[in-house]
Parts: sequence; C-alpha cells; structure tokens
Amino acid sequence: MNDLTLKIPGFLQTSPWVNIFYLLAAVLFIVGLKGLAHPRTAVRGNLIGALGMLIAIVTALVGEHILQPWVIVAGLIVGSAIGAVLALKIQMTGMPQLVALFNGFGGLASLLVAGAEIGTKGSFASTQMTVSTAAAGLIGAVTFWGSLVAFAKLQGLISEKPLLFKGRHLLNIALGLVVILLGIWLVAKPDLVVVYWLLVVVSSVLGVFLVTPIGGADMPVVIALLNSYSGLAATATGFVLDNTVLIISGSLVGASGIILTKIMCKAMNRSLANVFFGVLGPQEDGPSADDVYAGKIKSTSAEEVAMLFDSARRVVFVPGYGMAVAQAQHAVRDLANLLEEKGITVEYAIHPVAGRMPGHMNVLLAEANVPYDKLKEMDEINPFFEQTDVAIVIGANDVVNPEARNNPQSPIAGMPILDVDKARTTVVIKRSLSPGFAGIPNPLFAQDNTLMLFGDGRAMILELIRAVKEG
Amino acid sequence: MFVLYLTIFVLAVFVGFEVITKVPPTLHTPLMSGSNAISGITIIGALIAAGAEMGSLASVLGFFALVSATINVVGGFLVTHRMLGMFRRKD
Repeated sequence: MNDLTLKIPGFLQTSPWVNIFYLLAAVLFIVGLKGLAHPRTAVRGNLIGALGMLIAIVTALVGEHILQPWVIVAGLIVGSAIGAVLALKIQMTGMPQLVALFNGFGGLASLLVAGAEIGTKGSFASTQMTVSTAAAGLIGAVTFWGSLVAFAKLQGLISEKPLLFKGRHLLNIALGLVVILLGIWLVAKPDLVVVYWLLVVVSSVLGVFLVTPIGGADMPVVIALLNSYSGLAATATGFVLDNTVLIISGSLVGASGIILTKIMCKAMNRSLANVFFGVLGPQEDGPSADDVYAGKIKSTSAEEVAMLFDSARRVVFVPGYGMAVAQAQHAVRDLANLLEEKGITVEYAIHPVAGRMPGHMNVLLAEANVPYDKLKEMDEINPFFEQTDVAIVIGANDVVNPEARNNPQSPIAGMPILDVDKARTTVVIKRSLSPGFAGIPNPLFAQDNTLMLFGDGRAMILELIRAVKEG
Repeated sequence: MFVLYLTIFVLAVFVGFEVITKVPPTLHTPLMSGSNAISGITIIGALIAAGAEMGSLASVLGFFALVSATINVVGGFLVTHRMLGMFRRKD
C-alpha cells in the first residue's frame, strides 16, 4: 500500500516537532482572533492568524509524507490565484456573497478530504474515523450547497424570496433520516466508499432544501450558521485524520459562528428554528397598508429637508440594506461631512441585522471613510433619539418599525428596533411605501413627525447635498 | 485517543467562546471572513491527500480539496486584510 496508510496515526508516528508546530499554529490563531477585539489591533490579529496558517502549511509540507510535490504546487497556485482575484476584486457591497462562497469552499474541502481518507483506509478505518467521516460528509455537503444557494440569492442569480412548498419539513426529515442510515451503514462497512458518496449526495440535497426557504433579510443568520458549519466540518476532518490543529481551529470557527448566529437571532427576537422552519409574514387580521397610511403620509423635498438641517444640532443616519443596494454609502459620507462643517453632530445607528450579514453596514461605511467610532450600536444610541433633531432612515424598514414595540400581535413583536420614531423629525428615504421583509406596513411612515423623501437612496442623498450647498 | 481529541475539541470551543464574545459588532464581518480563513485549516488534510500516490483517487480528490481550501485560506485572509484596512478613527 502507500505511505499514506502507514502514517495515518500521525500523532503517534511522526516526530513530535510536527505536532509542536501545529500547536504553535493553533496558538497563533487564538492570539489572532483576540486581536479582533478592537479595530486598532485587528489588522495585526489577522496577520498573526495568516502567519499561523503559513506555519501549519509549511509544517505539513515538511513533516507529512508528500509523494507528489507537483500536484501540491499546482493546487496551491490555482487556489491562491482564484482566492486572490476574488478577494481583491470584490466590492464591499458584495461581501455577504463572497463570505458565503468562502464558507462553501471550506465545506467542500473538508468533505473531499474525508472522502479521500475513507477511500484509502477502507476496512482498516477505526470507528472514530468512520463516524467522523460521515459527520464531515454531512456537514461539508450541507455547508457547500447551502452556501451556494445563499450565494445565488445574494448575488441575485435566484430570487431572494423564500421558496416554500408543502411538505418541505417532511422531506427534510426524510432526507435527514436517510443520511443517518447511510452514516450507520458506512460505520458498519467502511470499505464501501460508495456509501460515503451517497451520503454526500443526500446531504447536498438537504443543504439546498434547508436554505431555499429562507428569505433575503434572514441571510445574516444563515451566513453566520454556515460559517459555524464550515468550522465544524474542519473539526470533523480533524477527527478523521487524527489531527489536533484541525480540531482546535475548526472548533474556534464553530464557536465564532454560533455566537454570531445567536446575536442575529436575538436581534430579530426569533429562534433559530423559527428562522429555518417558520414563515414570517403578515397576520390575517393585521392592519392593511391603507388603514395605516391613508391620508397620513407627508411627502417632502430635498429643499425642505435642507431647511431642517439649518436648525439641527444632531443628525443620525439609519442605514439598511437599501443603502447597500443603492451604493449610497459614499454619498451619505459626503452629506455627513457637509453637515459637520455646519457644526452639526452626525452619528450612525446600526441595527445588528441591518444588511445581509453581521456587520455589513459597518464595512460599507468604513469603505466610505466613516470613522468607526461614529457608528453606534442599537443599545448605545436608542436613548439619544429623543435628543436627535433629524433621523435619516435610508434603506431600512422593519428594523425601525414601532409595531415591534407597540403591537404584541405583530409578526415582528418583541424584535428590538432603533427608536427613530422618537426623533424630533424623521426623514425616510425610500422608493415607495412597499413593505419590508416582514411584509407589514410601517406606522413610522404615517407618523406626524415623519417626512417621506421618495426616490433612489443615492439620488436622494445627492439631491440633499445639492440643496444643502445651495441653501 | 478519541477521548483525548474530544477533550481538545471541548476545551477549544470554550476558548473560542471566550475570545469571540469580545469582538465588537462593528468587526463582525471581518470576524466572519477571518475565522472562515482559519477554517481553511482543512488545507492540511488536503495536502496530505493530494500528496498521496500518483493517479490514486485520493490524490485527485486531494487536488480539488487543496484548490478549495487554498481559495478559502488565501481569499479569506486577503479580503479580511483589505476590509480591516478601511476601519479608521476620527482624524
């Protein structure tokens, strides 16, 4: 047989140096992640993580038995080229789909490695190996296909709307049971590699059906969870290969994704199960758009808003996904600069689920050179809306809907929101009165102190800039 | 061995929770892309599989695993670096 088989219990047979360097890599990952605790130390943290990865790779090249250096060189060159092009070309607005795609590649790599190993070991595989191979196949395939569906939705290749059909829960349960049965079969007969690939195929279908019913605004939860899965897939592969650095690193990422998932769910007041299996939509007896809006909507103009700025001391921007779609972040920054020149305090209120992934708005505004200390979290800024002269909502809807606070029957009841309705004047920049993701009307738009500025986000902000300069 | 690995796994999850809860929301996107690059550690497994005997199925699978994992690692760290470079304080 080949050398691969001989060296698989690597922990026992290779020199201790290999594992000591793997440990060093794992420590660097932890130190690197610690650096992300503050924007000042984050760049260094990321570089420390990259150094850890480099050490791990060099250790594997030197310490593990590599028979075919050319295959390795080719793989590294092709992968590096694709990764670098994606990373350098992507626009900041496209970050959610890129992260989704990278999650997917992580899952794919794990399932392929597990498949290669079980194929080589066959009937010599231990129970630990077969069980973890099945786990790596399941998690890897769900991550890969789930991420591809998320990518397609975010990139606009398929509709962002939830794709629902009757009996999907039953189908998912059935697919899950089949995966478990195939897993048991693999553990019993590890030399039947075809069972593993069957398991991968069924898990792939499961991954697709788990993500297609999820709508655009729930994407932050999905991406965070898939991020976690990509880590857990690496951990499972670590159990397959008896490799501690994979186990440790994968667990770190798994924990990270789970924390983000929890934060996102909390910010929507929904459980994870509800995001994946529930349906968000207007209740039958809820108020209709006509009840809420009729005769109460005040449309405004850029000139009128510019006049509001003349007497304002404090302005807060409230961005949502619409700002990303309109690519309005640079225009918003220009307007903010103009207002600051007039002596107005400008801040930004960021809802945790604004956008399509955790921290999406922060990255967009950072790209537009907005200093990060002006971006305020929900809990931090909510008490200050009462002292805000003008709140400008651009491309956000459900996260500023007071129904969440006032109406216990509302589908979004209990979801923490930004209290923009408490500002002296609220300006909402929006194309139309169409509802947000939750599909319900927003009484904020009909409030006495709300002015609607109808139009494209970027175009309207540019109008405001012009009006402020002229006024 | 299994129990040892399980121990490492459980302890690492706790370390992960401790470290990640300290990351501020403003850095959540770089956290995702950066941690995602770290999950590309599967590249070690891919290297082992791709380095196997010529022509074996393992080395073919290993090659594709290596490409995927390398995209993940190189792209992940690079895009995170690019993003973090944009975060700045008030001048």
